[in-house]
Amino acid sequence: MRPNYKVELASGIFLLLGIAALVWLAMRATDYGQGIGKDTYQISARFTNVADLRVKAPVKIGGVTVGMVDSIVLDPVMFEAVVNMNIASRFNEIPSDTGASVLTSGVLGDRYINLEPGGAPDMLVDGDEIFITQSALILEQVIGKYLFNAGSSEKPQ
Amino acid sequence: MAVSESYISKLTAPVAQSGQCLLFLFRMISSIRFNASQLRAVLQQTYLIGARSLVIIMICGFFVGMVLSLQAINALEQFGASDQVSLLVVKSLFRELGPVLTALLFAGRAGTSVTAEIGLMKATNQIEAMELMAIDPIQVIALPRFLAGLISLPLLTAMFNALAILGSIVFAIGVMDMDSGIFWSKLQNGIYFYKDFIGGIWKSLVFGGLVSLIAVYFGYTAKPTGAGVGTATTNTVVLSSVLILVFDFIMTSFFT
Repeated sequence: MRPNYKVELASGIFLLLGIAALVWLAMRATDYGQGIGKDTYQISARFTNVADLRVKAPVKIGGVTVGMVDSIVLDPVMFEAVVNMNIASRFNEIPSDTGASVLTSGVLGDRYINLEPGGAPDMLVDGDEIFITQSALILEQVIGKYLFNAGSSEKPQ
Repeated sequence: MAVSESYISKLTAPVAQSGQCLLFLFRMISSIRFNASQLRAVLQQTYLIGARSLVIIMICGFFVGMVLSLQAINALEQFGASDQVSLLVVKSLFRELGPVLTALLFAGRAGTSVTAEIGLMKATNQIEAMELMAIDPIQVIALPRFLAGLISLPLLTAMFNALAILGSIVFAIGVMDMDSGIFWSKLQNGIYFYKDFIGGIWKSLVFGGLVSLIAVYFGYTAKPTGAGVGTATTNTVVLSSVLILVFDFIMTSFFT
C-alpha cells in the first residue's frame, strides 16, 4: 500500500461525491429528462393569434401532457401563426377532427395548447394539420370589449 | 523626464503583470504530461484544495439555502405566490449565487493557502533548489495546484447548490409546511437544463481557472520575505474577489 493511499482515496471520494451532486441536481432539479421522449410525430395547427405561446410549451389532452410545441412560424401569405408540435408516438390514436386551442394555465400562468379530441374514425398521422382551432384569449382585448360594451349600454335608447 | 518615465512605468506595470500571468498560464499548460506521477500529484492537491474545503462549502450552502427561502417566502407571500419559492431560490442559486459564492469562499479558503505555500517555498529557496536539480517547479509545484482548483470548483459548486436546496427543503417544507410535490414539480418545469444548469457549471469552471491561476501566480512571484508572502496572500484574495464579480457580469451578459 502506498503511503499516501488514504489521501488519494479521500480525493477520489470527493470527486465521486461532486459528480454525484452534479448528476442529482441535473436529474432532479432541472427539466432534463422531463421531455416526452424521442419517439414522436409532428402535427401542425394554424391560429390567428397565439399570444405569448412559447416553443417547448406543453400540448395537453384533458390536462395530461402528450407533446410539446416544436416551432412557431408566421405564414407570410395568410399572416397566421403556424404552430408545429411533436406528439409522443404512444398517443397515436388522436382523431383527425380534433380541435386545438391556446389556453392559459391559471390566471397568470404559461400558455399551452389544449387538444379536444373529436369522433372521426381516421387518426392524425405525421405531417397532418388540425383545422379546428381557437386562438388565444388576450386579456387586454377582453377588458377593452367589456369596457366598450359597458359604455354603450349606458346610453339612453 | 525621469518623473514622467516612472509614471509611465507605473501605468504599464499592471499590463505587463497580466501579460506575465498569461505567459505563466501557457508555461503551465505546455508542461501538462499525462503520466501517473502527475496524475497522483493532481489527486493529492484535489484532496488538499477540494476535499478539505468541503465542510465550509456545505455549511455555507445549507444556510444560504435557508435564508434565501426565508426571504423569498416573505416576499412572495404578499402576492399569494409562495408556491414559487423553490423556483426563485434554485434559479438564483444555479445562475448566480452558487458559482459566485462558492468561488469567493474558495478564494478565501484554498486560494490563500496555495499562495502562502508557494510563497513560503520560494522564501525558503525550495524552488531554486528544484531548478538546480533540473526539476521544472512549474510542472511539479504550480500545475497540480492549478488543475486541482479547476477540477474542484465546479464540483464544490454542485455540492453547494445541493446543500442549498436541502436547506431550502428544511425551511420551506419542514418549517413553513409547504407541499414537497409542488416544490419539486416547479423545479422540473421551470429550471432549464442548458440555460440555467450548464450556464452555472460553465461559470464555475471559469472561476475555478481564474482563482487557481491568480493564487499560483501570486505565490510564484511573491517577494521571498515574510512581508512579501503576506502581501501576495492579500493580493490573491482581493484580486480573485474583484475578478470573480467582473467576470460574472461579463459572462452573464455575453452567454445568456
